[in-house]
Amino acid sequence: MTPRQRQRAIRGTLYLLLAAVVVAAILFADWGSIQRNFFRWDIAVEMFPEVLVQFALNTLIYTLVAFVFGLILALALALMRLSPVGPYRWIATAYIELFRSVPALVTILLVNFGIPLAFGRRVPGGLLGIAAVGLGAVAAAYMAETIRAGIEAVPRGQMEAARSLGMRPSQAMFSIILPQAFRIIIPPLTNEFVLLIKDTSLLFVVGTTPLTRELTKFGRDTMQTLGNATPMVVAAFIYMIITLPLTYLVRRLEKRGARGR
Amino acid sequence: MAVDLTAPPIQIVGLGKKFGELEVLKGIDLQVNAGEVVCVIGPSGSGKSTLLRCVNRLEEPTSGKILIEGVDMTDPDVDIDKLRTRIGMVFQHFNLFPHLTVIDNLTIAQRKVLKRSKQEAREIALANLERVGLLEKVNEYPNRLSGGQQQRVAIARALSMKPDMMLFDEPTSALDPELIGEVLDVMRRLAKDGMTMMVVTHEMGFAREVADRVIFMDGGVIVEQGPPREVLTNPQHERTRRFLSMIL
Repeated sequence: MTPRQRQRAIRGTLYLLLAAVVVAAILFADWGSIQRNFFRWDIAVEMFPEVLVQFALNTLIYTLVAFVFGLILALALALMRLSPVGPYRWIATAYIELFRSVPALVTILLVNFGIPLAFGRRVPGGLLGIAAVGLGAVAAAYMAETIRAGIEAVPRGQMEAARSLGMRPSQAMFSIILPQAFRIIIPPLTNEFVLLIKDTSLLFVVGTTPLTRELTKFGRDTMQTLGNATPMVVAAFIYMIITLPLTYLVRRLEKRGARGR
Repeated sequence: MAVDLTAPPIQIVGLGKKFGELEVLKGIDLQVNAGEVVCVIGPSGSGKSTLLRCVNRLEEPTSGKILIEGVDMTDPDVDIDKLRTRIGMVFQHFNLFPHLTVIDNLTIAQRKVLKRSKQEAREIALANLERVGLLEKVNEYPNRLSGGQQQRVAIARALSMKPDMMLFDEPTSALDPELIGEVLDVMRRLAKDGMTMMVVTHEMGFAREVADRVIFMDGGVIVEQGPPREVLTNPQHERTRRFLSMIL
């Protein structure tokens, strides 16, 4: 066999294998049961509009406060990691390593139950506060590393040019370096945002009221009430319609960012 | 810090610079007078770029003094940012701010550092863009410009601070040969207008024509200096002769 023929044979075999798996899945799945348990149209329709205007919205709000809090903290951590002052670097490094190695669920629980024990008062803002501090603290650790990488990706000459024009280090950082760094890191930051959307499903551990539930908790509660899995499928679908446009947006932004370089 | 207007723009006294164990500058003494154009030539690794970068303290000198208009640049208490606004710097790789349009490249430091009004900064920027012949590029982003155009914008950006002197760090070394001329033209006009200039360059034609004084550096010291005719056509030192014969 020539290499070309061999490649064709391999590809043909792979297609056959794929077809066999698909056919088997179609033949052996209990379609009636799947439809009854996961795709009950009447149940799905019944969930609207609350699932969107209340619970998907909650999810987005929790994500946003966590992201904003996390981003500000991450920026401070990134600048600390690049600081010439040793203790700043050590603190930032310790923070980042700590929160990257601890599960988000543990952090949320510690923020919810640990802070009242340690400081005698709860995190303000109820579940919003927990979302911001708990989820934001974890996201900050990851985003700090992303921002640092972004700052380091800006050529050295940019800082030199800014300083030679008389800018103070902080002016150069905020008006010259960071705008370029953020253009570079928009894709990984958006990725972090998508991960945060999904991580809000962890907030149930601190207890929610019927109105403060996020998408997953609402889906699960409804599933248990009705004894049917359709609500989870609806929730999953809504996660998808939130995150897919975001990845599309990133692609657009990347193109626009490329123009400015 | 009183600015002494009778003091020379640049006065370098016993300047030394080490990178770790490597001694790049070994006691440089040099004075650049008002309106003078000084070209610094020499083989790579001779310390000429480091010397230039020490003048506005992009590199920290290890020893010696640098006086800018009589003010000690190396004094730890000096307001270095203020002093740097007196010194324009042009880089080999232009270093325009890619996220800003040409006009914003020219106005950002005027606004943030010199606190000029938007209107005033814009007028000064436009005047300098015209000076380098790029008025029509005012709203372009740097990556839409050729290398030569980018370097001319970079010169206009430095000029917009209205500096008393300009430093050029191999301004044409990163350019395609056909784009070098337009940048040298701008620099030639600048020299004619009386700007004090210190230029690290490999362009011997430019040095011969424009420089008041040529400095040949090698191994971290000034080997010889003088009017371009003498240094370039009748060098006194063997090292200068060898360098010139290699590049001409």
